[in-house]
Amino acid sequence: ERSNLAGVRHILLVLSGKGGVGKSTISTELALSLRHSGKKVGILDVDLCGPSIPRMFRVQDNDVHQCDSGWVPVFVDQDKSISLMSIGFLLEKPDDAVVWRGPKKNALIKQFVADVAWGDLDFLIVDTPPGTSDEHISTVEALRPYKPLGAILVTTPQAVSVGDVRRELTFCKKTGLRVLGIVENMSGFVCPHCSECTNIFSKGGGEELAKHAGVPFLGSVPLDPQLSQSLEEGRDFIQEFPKSSAFPALTHIAQQILDGTLQQSS
Amino acid sequence: MQILQTCSGSAPSRCLPYGTRPRSSCTSVPDGLAAPGKAGQAEPRPVVQVPTDALKISRHLTRRDQGALTSATRSHAGKAPKTALEPPFSGFEGHPQQPNATAPLPGTLLRASDALLLFLPERSNLAGVRHILLVLSGKGGVGKSTISTELALSLRHSGKKVGILDVDLCGPSIPRMFRVQDNDVHQCDSGWVPVFVDQDKSISLMSIGFLLEKPDDAVVWRGPKKNALIKQFVADVAWGDLDFLIVDTPPGTSDEHISTVEALRPYKPLGAILVTTPQAVSVGDVRRELTFCKKTGLRVLGIVENMSGFVCPHCSECTNIFSKGGGEELAKHAGVPFLGSVPLDPQLSQSLEEGRDFIQEFPKSSAFPALTHIAQQILDGTLQQSS
Repeated sequence: ERSNLAGVRHILLVLSGKGGVGKSTISTELALSLRHSGKKVGILDVDLCGPSIPRMFRVQDNDVHQCDSGWVPVFVDQDKSISLMSIGFLLEKPDDAVVWRGPKKNALIKQFVADVAWGDLDFLIVDTPPGTSDEHISTVEALRPYKPLGAILVTTPQAVSVGDVRRELTFCKKTGLRVLGIVENMSGFVCPHCSECTNIFSKGGGEELAKHAGVPFLGSVPLDPQLSQSLEEGRDFIQEFPKSSAFPALTHIAQQILDGTLQQSS
Repeated sequence: MQILQTCSGSAPSRCLPYGTRPRSSCTSVPDGLAAPGKAGQAEPRPVVQVPTDALKISRHLTRRDQGALTSATRSHAGKAPKTALEPPFSGFEGHPQQPNATAPLPGTLLRASDALLLFLPERSNLAGVRHILLVLSGKGGVGKSTISTELALSLRHSGKKVGILDVDLCGPSIPRMFRVQDNDVHQCDSGWVPVFVDQDKSISLMSIGFLLEKPDDAVVWRGPKKNALIKQFVADVAWGDLDFLIVDTPPGTSDEHISTVEALRPYKPLGAILVTTPQAVSVGDVRRELTFCKKTGLRVLGIVENMSGFVCPHCSECTNIFSKGGGEELAKHAGVPFLGSVPLDPQLSQSLEEGRDFIQEFPKSSAFPALTHIAQQILDGTLQQSS
């Protein structure tokens, strides 16, 4: 049988030791940016307790269908240029809690990796939960035969986040997962009323960490109420808010990923 | 869980996620509370069975060894559970947990005199703790550790003795928030001595953060090992007398949460505070956490909406960076108390960054009223309970 991942050109993971730093946000915006560059993108959401991805594309009420090759990913629009898989689609009610211990989570992740009929994709982005636990070990193990491109690590500037992300770097090192770079999210806020910048969550921790760890620094994404609103409503931020403060940083991150893959193939 | 049949009419070869039961049972029953050893669940017994003080009788506080410890079950210093990955990964899937080579197997190395001590009635380490409360969220990064920290500081300012148990094993934030991340854990006869944040000894902490040798050390453990350490944290920390024990948790509804609630159940926790941010994506996860509380019989003391608006220090205009009101709506919808909205406050972030006492040093800051109000409601709740 042809593997369901055989048509996927590049697999990249979005990781963070810390919760709430913007992994799903960065995964979503990266997918939207890559789509705008003409790529076909899939997002595999392996956060089984807190699946954020469906809501960010306003498809949280969609269902998963089956076909001969396995499960059909959910397409976000008629275009079929972005497809998603998440436990969020499999829960009957929004209040349903997934209270599973490790073995059950591992089993579903293996199925997610093996049984989703992605078809041909340029990029498969794997959005992960925070930490370095069952989900991460299982995901890396299951993806290993398909040689992922690497991982993007997301942090916010504060020491408490950076402290956790340092551990995630250790995880990558131990598992042989290449670190494509670090993104510093929520990096400063420019008040829309007076245009003064306030570093609500401190500053510069992500860039320092990248330097210290010898990995590329992919950029700082500022706090942007339009980005939050866009995610809240499942809109295409890259298409609809090109003048917003987070736009340059987000598109720059996508561009570096594209350049990296071009370099790799040449 | 539902996977719909194919639209084209051809019969699918598999219709349910591997290892799950039909319909919604897999999502509604906390597996960890069912009988252990169910088929397909593979729950190895935890390594830690014996109270550490039975393995080494010592009347003195002992310092940690310089050589790294490799197991949380080592008795002569409370330091450094295994921080490296266990190769190969696949070898641990469903296999019984191998007792760590350095940890004596329960019973085998005990002398007769030690064995006798096991049968003497021991006062539980939580016997002196008046109220236990958990801080939960389905969502990561909403401010559980922040709220735990500020609640502890507020309660201290009301004259209470407070402990914080940090059961976030992958991302232990609590030590840094009190600027004691370099401290060590010592042992005494009753178990592990919690780390005091100052001479006052009015706030004490326990976290895996104190047990890691280097800041880069990653705790890459599967569930059974995490469960074992959490059981030890609950049973073996010599808290002494506390008015409040605050349990800070990682995000989600997983091994750590199931194990923590199970281990604390005999001590009848007061309940749980749920933290969210205003956006739908956070509220969505916290709704699931409410389900978790309901299923585990954990009373919900209330919901806190954190990062609720930002008042620009330059122009005083308020911007709802992360949307608004989702937490309050959720509380109303779920019929639980709404404890308050805490705004984004750069002074609060800075205070946590530097391990300072925000409640003492920034009484005029924007987050101060909300944080102290939350603490007051907790205090009022406990007063009501005792009267």
